[in-house]
Amino acid sequence: MAITLTVNGERRTVAAAPDTPLLYVLRNDLELNAAKFGCGMAQCGACTVLADGNPVRSCVMPLSAMAKTKITTLEGLGSLANPHPLQKAFIEEQAAQCGYCIAGMMMSAKALLDQNPHPTEPEIREALAGNLCRCGTHNRIVRAIQRAAKEMSP
Amino acid sequence: MTAPNGRGITRRRFLEQAAALTVGFTLAPSLRGLAQAAAPALPGSLQKNRMLDGWLRINPDGTVTAFTGKVELGQGIVTALAQIVADELDVDLARVEMISGDTSRTPDEGVTSGSRSLEESGVALRFACAEARTILLETASAKLGAPASSLRVEDGVVLAPNGSRATYGELTTDATLKREATAKVKPKPASQHRFVGKSVQRRDIPAKVTGGAAYVHDLRLPGMLFGRVVRPPSPRARLVSVDERAAKKLPGVVAVARDGSFLAVAAEREEQAIAAAAALRKSAKWQQQATLPPSGRKLFDHLRQQPAKDVVVSEKKDAAAPTVKTLEASFTRPFQAHAAIGPSCAVAQWQGGKLHVWSHSQGPFPLRGELAKALKMPASDITVTHREGSGCYGHNGADDVALDAALCARAAGGRPVKLQWMRDDEFRWEPYGSAMAISLRGSIDEKGNVVEFKNELWSHTHSTRPGESDGTNLLAAWYLKEPQRPGSARNIPQPAGGGDRNAIPLYVFPRQKVINHFLPEMPVRVSALRTLGAYANVFAIESFMDELAGAAGIDPVEFRLRHLSDPRAKAVIEKVAAQAGWRSNQPGDGQRGRGIGFAKYKNLAAYVAVIADVEVDRASGAIRVPRAFAAADAGLIVNPDGLTNQIEGGIIQSTSWTLRESISYDTTKILTRSWADYPILRMTEVPSVDVTLIDRPEERSVGAGESSQGPAVAAIANAVANATGRRIRDLPLTPDRVKSAQT
Repeated sequence: MAITLTVNGERRTVAAAPDTPLLYVLRNDLELNAAKFGCGMAQCGACTVLADGNPVRSCVMPLSAMAKTKITTLEGLGSLANPHPLQKAFIEEQAAQCGYCIAGMMMSAKALLDQNPHPTEPEIREALAGNLCRCGTHNRIVRAIQRAAKEMSP
Repeated sequence: MTAPNGRGITRRRFLEQAAALTVGFTLAPSLRGLAQAAAPALPGSLQKNRMLDGWLRINPDGTVTAFTGKVELGQGIVTALAQIVADELDVDLARVEMISGDTSRTPDEGVTSGSRSLEESGVALRFACAEARTILLETASAKLGAPASSLRVEDGVVLAPNGSRATYGELTTDATLKREATAKVKPKPASQHRFVGKSVQRRDIPAKVTGGAAYVHDLRLPGMLFGRVVRPPSPRARLVSVDERAAKKLPGVVAVARDGSFLAVAAEREEQAIAAAAALRKSAKWQQQATLPPSGRKLFDHLRQQPAKDVVVSEKKDAAAPTVKTLEASFTRPFQAHAAIGPSCAVAQWQGGKLHVWSHSQGPFPLRGELAKALKMPASDITVTHREGSGCYGHNGADDVALDAALCARAAGGRPVKLQWMRDDEFRWEPYGSAMAISLRGSIDEKGNVVEFKNELWSHTHSTRPGESDGTNLLAAWYLKEPQRPGSARNIPQPAGGGDRNAIPLYVFPRQKVINHFLPEMPVRVSALRTLGAYANVFAIESFMDELAGAAGIDPVEFRLRHLSDPRAKAVIEKVAAQAGWRSNQPGDGQRGRGIGFAKYKNLAAYVAVIADVEVDRASGAIRVPRAFAAADAGLIVNPDGLTNQIEGGIIQSTSWTLRESISYDTTKILTRSWADYPILRMTEVPSVDVTLIDRPEERSVGAGESSQGPAVAAIANAVANATGRRIRDLPLTPDRVKSAQT
């Protein structure tokens, strides 16, 4: 069946079963690369996107529940040509190794900064505690978020 | 697929161009006049890939394309290699395009592992580019009518004193680099480097932070299907029956691939493939066997009793002072997982009997060879193209999933298939880091010097990678109707070593014996996990060094320094001690403590010393590592920030291994299936890490990506002993162990 979603400010209609997890629609129908399949059980955060500004695990969100929400993925923040301060900060801090977790980290960070423009370091770590990183890039990620926060709300 | 890749061309265009390219260079020297015996030794990977045009192409538009058989794993190697190319050729970094890990285009450099990429590919590219630059200058000399020694190069433009000029593109013909390398042109000294030694930003990061097509998972081919594999419930189980017909009727299902006990499904949509795999799993009946070894404490008694090939890897019998005290201690390390955040994935496409696989394997060429064995077809009919995946940290499911995808695509009639493992596929079927048992004995003389040291270790192999064996080292091959067998186990020989990696202390002990009891049987599937045996060996030896220091009544830093002769080893220990403000013989206070660990990785690569601070909650037994310091010497540093990132990441990963990680299983099944069963350190739990680098421009660059894990575990274990006065010799350092050590 056809379901219309609002993704990164655009209305998009997709043909998929209502119980399809949002992640597969984002990745495969809309060809948005950022959100990743990590566990399919909302345990790792690699698939994190924003639903009405709140971080959600798209691997367990059924499509039918998303029709009335505004979905934002990392692609909705900015682009290479016009990067969001978070994207610039992650490049400046070189805050990635393999980078597979990074899109999820950045979306959790975006939700945090929207609600709390001047987070403390413990607040940043707490907000990202549900996002797993295996390369050990955690501290760079925190530094990148601090840098972005400074740029967004000096 | 339309997001730019950060270098001005779209991914799709890039792929189209890549596909359209013909192989216009030679990967091996022609036999004419090059008898193998007469071929001189060449440095790094030039030895096996001797033609200059296999490494480098000068393009008419003034850009250069460099080829490497090594692959990006998130460690930044492609950027570091580009820095080397730009410096040796005198071109701007932006002019350098890197092509990596493609069996149809790049040199065969085996596997990207063991922190060897700069030593192999970096050295090859450095010499190839230095020689190419000289060839271009000689050509320019004739063309511009000026002696080569009077020419200079600015960003790929050769300038003569009389003002005439020629670009590299103008000076290059097809024949220019079609010659065997001689390695007679000396690469530049560090003082002339413009990019090497600088923290150049990594090339792969922009796409990764903007949703670009950065991973094999992001590859989309026309008509592509989605695949999922249905693995058995336990190792060596056989598929008795399954209702394929019912699965084929499910929405979107295009094919069910069954070959013996191998079972997979391809569907139009990913969620349809997942649903069909679940249906197959439900109807499948398997014959299972109890094949797994004892678990928990009993595993290590079991390891010590298994048939072993015993090898004495080091023995010294120098004169020594009389012994006044002897200590003995045993250490263990369980099976541990690579646990990539993203389960393994591959895309496979069959066209006219030929196979193209896109894979995040660490070794595209070895994988191609293994696929050829598994599929019983010539390797020349298979192309393996590297695309990045989630960080692997060694041999995980990356290669296996490539065969799964190929088998699934073969059943899907010509349509390409992207097959990704599910979370439990990865946890239950990846090859684990081998469990190890280590027994140490050491004696000190009356001055507190170690006069005798003995290390005995028991471990399975630490590498069952594709391409290295007499069998087929791909999981699905063992479950086919005509099953192939895994290769026989072998240990990576010294000096690098496998299970015995870093089993020989770098300390100078007059009498020493190191015995590796290599266990050829492997009831649990094991292979290379970052550092191989070094993690456990450094844990054991460095823990024991603290025990010996304690017995001698000497401060651990002082004790290490007095047993070392290598000035670079001493320097990292002194550096980290100064950086952390190490205070001699500082006792822990019952809760807080501090410890040090040191190793020269493989006894061949980077020197790293780590100091860790711990806080032990004596009631709960929980250990926190709030802070770690590291000093590292990896010779000439190519990219300081990249090196720091590797050291820092290695310490954090090792902290997670050390405090938390262990695979669980019963007699038949692997029980670890999800992150709930295998918790890793979270953002709120990781230590802060301060890294100091010692640059040695006069020394060759040595590997560092795996150099900090051993020192880190040792520093933490020593810090816990310092804090509590009780030593824990079994990994991981769980709350239960902390509590039982106190009683």
